[in-house]
Amino acid sequence: MDLFKIISDIEKVDPEIYERLDSRRRVFKHFGMAGKAVTAAVLPGLVSGLFQRAYGQTSTLPADIVAVLNLALSLEYLEYYFYDSGLKATNLIPSADRPAFEKIRNDESGHIKVLRGALGSAAIPDPTRAAFDYSGGRGTMTGPFAAALVNDYALFLGSSQAFVDTGVRAYKGGAPVLMPNKDLLEAALNIHSVEARHSSHVRTVRRGLAASQSGQGATSIAGDLNNLGGKTGRPKSWISGTDGGGPSPSTTPSTAPVYGPGNPATGAPTAIFYPAESNTTQAGVDIVANTTGVTLTTAAASEAFDEPLDPATVKSIARNFVVATSTLFT
Amino acid sequence: MSKLHDSGVTDQVPNALVQPIERRSFLRYTGAGMALSGLFLAGCDDDDDNNNSGNLIDVGSGDNGVLNYAYALEQLEAAFYAQVKTGTYYTGLAASTSEKQIFDDLALHEKAHADFFKTALSTNAIKALEPDFSSINFNDRSSVLNAAKQFEDLGVAAYNGAGRYIQTAAYLVIAGKIVSVEARHAALIRDLIGYNTFVDSDVVDLFSPTSATSAPGDGNGTGLERSMKPSDVLAKANGFLKEGSKLSANNLK
Repeated sequence: MDLFKIISDIEKVDPEIYERLDSRRRVFKHFGMAGKAVTAAVLPGLVSGLFQRAYGQTSTLPADIVAVLNLALSLEYLEYYFYDSGLKATNLIPSADRPAFEKIRNDESGHIKVLRGALGSAAIPDPTRAAFDYSGGRGTMTGPFAAALVNDYALFLGSSQAFVDTGVRAYKGGAPVLMPNKDLLEAALNIHSVEARHSSHVRTVRRGLAASQSGQGATSIAGDLNNLGGKTGRPKSWISGTDGGGPSPSTTPSTAPVYGPGNPATGAPTAIFYPAESNTTQAGVDIVANTTGVTLTTAAASEAFDEPLDPATVKSIARNFVVATSTLFT
Repeated sequence: MSKLHDSGVTDQVPNALVQPIERRSFLRYTGAGMALSGLFLAGCDDDDDNNNSGNLIDVGSGDNGVLNYAYALEQLEAAFYAQVKTGTYYTGLAASTSEKQIFDDLALHEKAHADFFKTALSTNAIKALEPDFSSINFNDRSSVLNAAKQFEDLGVAAYNGAGRYIQTAAYLVIAGKIVSVEARHAALIRDLIGYNTFVDSDVVDLFSPTSATSAPGDGNGTGLERSMKPSDVLAKANGFLKEGSKLSANNLK
């Protein structure tokens, strides 16, 4: 590879390249300083950083990609301030579980950094903590989930599960829009799987809490499909059916839409649609009938596949947790 | 990364770049940061073409290639959990324990995934692979959990890294539906091994805030899962496959 030749070739197209790169001396310093340490692993970062500084990028992002990334960014803010508020509340999160929620909060902060970096000046501004009402009261702070950030750890976990599962479905629904930009797509996929890891852990902790166990003990409690109702239910670490409408199926707002269908809910095998999490047909294949050699229940068939959610449905869920005057999720 | 390499423009800038083009078009090349780096790396990554693929099963190219790649990994996972259920670690678990239920679920999910890909690929599917699990002690909890962790983490990194090669949106969504379930598996297995390790620095580029009072986004790291290229994934996966069942993915691009 001859990097200098490439830069000199670019110079033929764009005589101002060295100006854009600050100065010729500085360009070569960028690569000179690393010397032998430049490897295939670090090179993309160096090179892309260089060219990002030189040319920027945000003005070239299509509107549909900006919309998907800003929705993702809004959801990350929603999650970040939720976990951060939970960690700041006195005696809410048991000490054995604090490291996990610190990791989750920090991951969301990293996702915010990545999304802002991709969006540049098109990124929505930080809505700040004041934009959110995690009680579900749209600004009254007296909605059904008010105690989640005060003294009700079970409710905190239930809200966490609903937020993170909404996030997983939202990223899955947004991915096709990012397909023209492979690097943004990969970054989004790399966020998506981390959100799923978060969901798995939150569900594990919830399951343990039902038996008053935390720490490693929380992993030793089996998920119980017959005990999914209410905030003290015992979810599996994966979504089973519609999980009984989630942690709080009978409140207003309800968590049921988190696991319900989006729009459109049905479609041809090769179409993109948004069935409820209880879906057991994938690309036209009936998963129960198709799986051989084992007895696959409909529950297991639904657990084996998560489902995407469309932006409008994601917004309708998330909007319950911002103050009425906020423009988030509109 | 090998796409440009294979088309014979290894050490040069592609013609499109050196010919006078409008600034607007050029900006597209700089894209969202990384688009150009593929060109640069193409020049230094010779490994893909040096594989002697004489006795390797190639997963193919295009969407079928990605689906076969996924099918291969799901076959491996399904075979692994089927064998877990025959070992004395699993058979010694009481019926009511969570670990028994967890491994029952994992075995079902992975079998459902493998059989789904086989049906979806139909006549394009690669053959049934013969696993080699001789390095795993199925009678030992730690050996089984650590192997499960490897398979689940590898699956997540593989799907994330292969997403860019998928051409049909509906297949991307299908892959997305499966990868998040694999991530759920990986997180739980990790929590069984060490509580609160559901995300850890070996699989996620963990984020550290600059200070305890940092605003969101202010710190080091990204919170992104570390995805893997097919060649790196298969270097690991082939360690669990018999001769004649080892894989290559040189045509995934």
